[in-house]
Amino acid sequence: MDIQALLDLADQQVEVSRQIEKRKTSLLGRTQINLFFEPSTRTQSSFEIAGKRLGADVMNMAVASSSVKKGETLIDTAATLNAMRPDIIVVRHHAAGAVHLLAQKVDCAVVNAGDGAHEHPTQALLDALTIRRNKGRIEGLVVAICGDILHSRVARSNMILLAAMGAQVRLVAPTNLLPPGIARLGFPTFTDMRKGLEGADIVMMLRLQRERMNGSFVPSVKEYFRFYGLDQEKLSFAKPDALVMHPGPMNRGVEISSDVADGAQSLIREQVEMGVAVRMAVLEALASHLPNG
Amino acid sequence: MSMKPILFTNARLIDPDTGREQAGGLLAHDGVIRDLGPQLTQAADADVIDCGGQVLAPGLIDMRAFIGEPGGPYRETLKSAGEAAAAGGVTTVVSMPDTSPALDDPAVIDFIVRRARDTSVVNILPAAALTKGLKGEEMAEIGRLKEAGAIMFTDGARSVTNAQVMRRALTYARDFDALIVHHVEDPNLVGQGVMNEGEFASRLGLPGIPREAETILLERDMRLVRLTGARYHAAMISCADSAEIVRTAKAKGLPVTCGVSINHLSLNENDIGDYRTFLKLSPPLRDEDDRQAMIEALTDGTIDVIVSDHNPQDVENKRLPFAEAADGAVGLETLLSAALRLVHSDRISLPKLLRALSTKPAEILGLPSGRLKVGAPADLILFDPEAPYVLDKRDLKSLSKNSPFDEARLEGQVTITMVAGRIVFDRRSI
Repeated sequence: MDIQALLDLADQQVEVSRQIEKRKTSLLGRTQINLFFEPSTRTQSSFEIAGKRLGADVMNMAVASSSVKKGETLIDTAATLNAMRPDIIVVRHHAAGAVHLLAQKVDCAVVNAGDGAHEHPTQALLDALTIRRNKGRIEGLVVAICGDILHSRVARSNMILLAAMGAQVRLVAPTNLLPPGIARLGFPTFTDMRKGLEGADIVMMLRLQRERMNGSFVPSVKEYFRFYGLDQEKLSFAKPDALVMHPGPMNRGVEISSDVADGAQSLIREQVEMGVAVRMAVLEALASHLPNG
Repeated sequence: MSMKPILFTNARLIDPDTGREQAGGLLAHDGVIRDLGPQLTQAADADVIDCGGQVLAPGLIDMRAFIGEPGGPYRETLKSAGEAAAAGGVTTVVSMPDTSPALDDPAVIDFIVRRARDTSVVNILPAAALTKGLKGEEMAEIGRLKEAGAIMFTDGARSVTNAQVMRRALTYARDFDALIVHHVEDPNLVGQGVMNEGEFASRLGLPGIPREAETILLERDMRLVRLTGARYHAAMISCADSAEIVRTAKAKGLPVTCGVSINHLSLNENDIGDYRTFLKLSPPLRDEDDRQAMIEALTDGTIDVIVSDHNPQDVENKRLPFAEAADGAVGLETLLSAALRLVHSDRISLPKLLRALSTKPAEILGLPSGRLKVGAPADLILFDPEAPYVLDKRDLKSLSKNSPFDEARLEGQVTITMVAGRIVFDRRSI
């Protein structure tokens, strides 16, 4: 299925989600396991709601109370879950490549809900949907991805997806937060945020983890906000109709100021809504390819 | 307030930037050099100073001085350091961040900038800490500190031993085009050492510091500079092997510069004699071969700048058994005189020496001074390179008197020091 078609399907799911009766039957009788090795309120609940709206039986596996804590390996966990005959497993893991490894060991469909600093495909899809709905297109748009790109799976997935859809993606970050060698991928990089935002249609901010702000990768929160935090002044370097995005959860006053986050140019709340729609679209598209689908 | 123009006539003008040397005059007005050249003998409304053939050159720029403010005003204040500098012909001083509190906060940098402007007769530019509290663990706020007026970033007398911290600091500094200056002396290899490791230390019964304490960190830094592409300046090197490391790095095109202290150009470990604590320095004085290698490296351009490494210590910190005494020597007032020994012994030409004392540090720091050029700041010195004197430490303006050149015969003394068109020191009136 091509990406535009998947986004078209997601557009339909937005309508479903806005009805009073939100229940569909495309996943009726199917078992969906949300296997989250890393805590995530937002993504997990988004996948849970998406599955339920499609009629699936959704089970959340909380890793804190699971056998993983008792020392079970990832592959054993996969084999155990596989024996329960789920149809779809949604996986979030802190290690890059873990989802890929798990997918090799189970018979059902596997959805990557984020693996380490590698990929977060449904986030990129929901971002693409949000952009397309607001700008009417993705092709030709200048998208500035700003902040902790080094540790960000959101950035990597967006770079791949948005570039594939014809956007001009740029990266804005202090060099310490840029993956070494990233320039070889062909994305222009900027260490000066104002220059990086010039002419941008979309400003996509990334979360900076606390443990990275105290002198290890950047000197301090104050300094980071001064040079890389999105405030009205820096946003003014982007196009006047530029839109602001953030995958959440936000650190207000670290990578983004409150007035920008809550301002007229912000799409941050809409992204959350699109998250459910995109995940419904992904699950439904998968379901049509499942055995007996 | 507009001051009267000052016209220097009958001077031997030396511009170390171009290497040009000519007889002539120079007109300073409104803080800058307005005109200069052999033709210049008069100017309307100007106060005229007949130089009597003495050398008129850019004021010295010293990239390394420790000042006790804030936290140790009994050792040196910005005011006393300014007076000492003016008497020595130093018109710009970079102050080290090893103060109490350390200069790792934009507000403290702002304090130094303002206080220096209010109390010092010469330019004092603060270097900010590279890491918080000079601890070598977390990088300081390089961007905000630079905005507050920090001219460069260094942990002063301390070295950053953690290569990961250094790598990230260099990487971050590069984004802000900030200059990192590093004291290369591995504290673990220094250990209990108090002087150069070798025969002389063994005779004195003192634990030694191997040259490798310097070369290993310096070599590591060259690799990190290649990795990060950051601008890097080794604060001071002291031995032949270090010169070779820098020479090789420069040949590879790395953005690296380095300094040497006047002490390491003038003295060697034998001068410690019977435990003279004023010669206890960091890095330690090495042997005569190393000193010769330093002079060699200075003349071939491997070493870019000469610093005073001015480090005032009071009597209580120096009148101690050698191993227990504090490191450091004052040097602002003797920098030029001691350096001129190299000219008098025909090791280096005067313009080339002045280049390492003014033009080069200006270039590295990005300052408009350090050259005799119309429009450049009128930071100037008039000096007689031959004037002989014997240093009496009681004459030093510095609040601390720990000079290794006390009672030394020196040749070459500053007559007039001018900062931004204003005469801040005038020996003729003493």
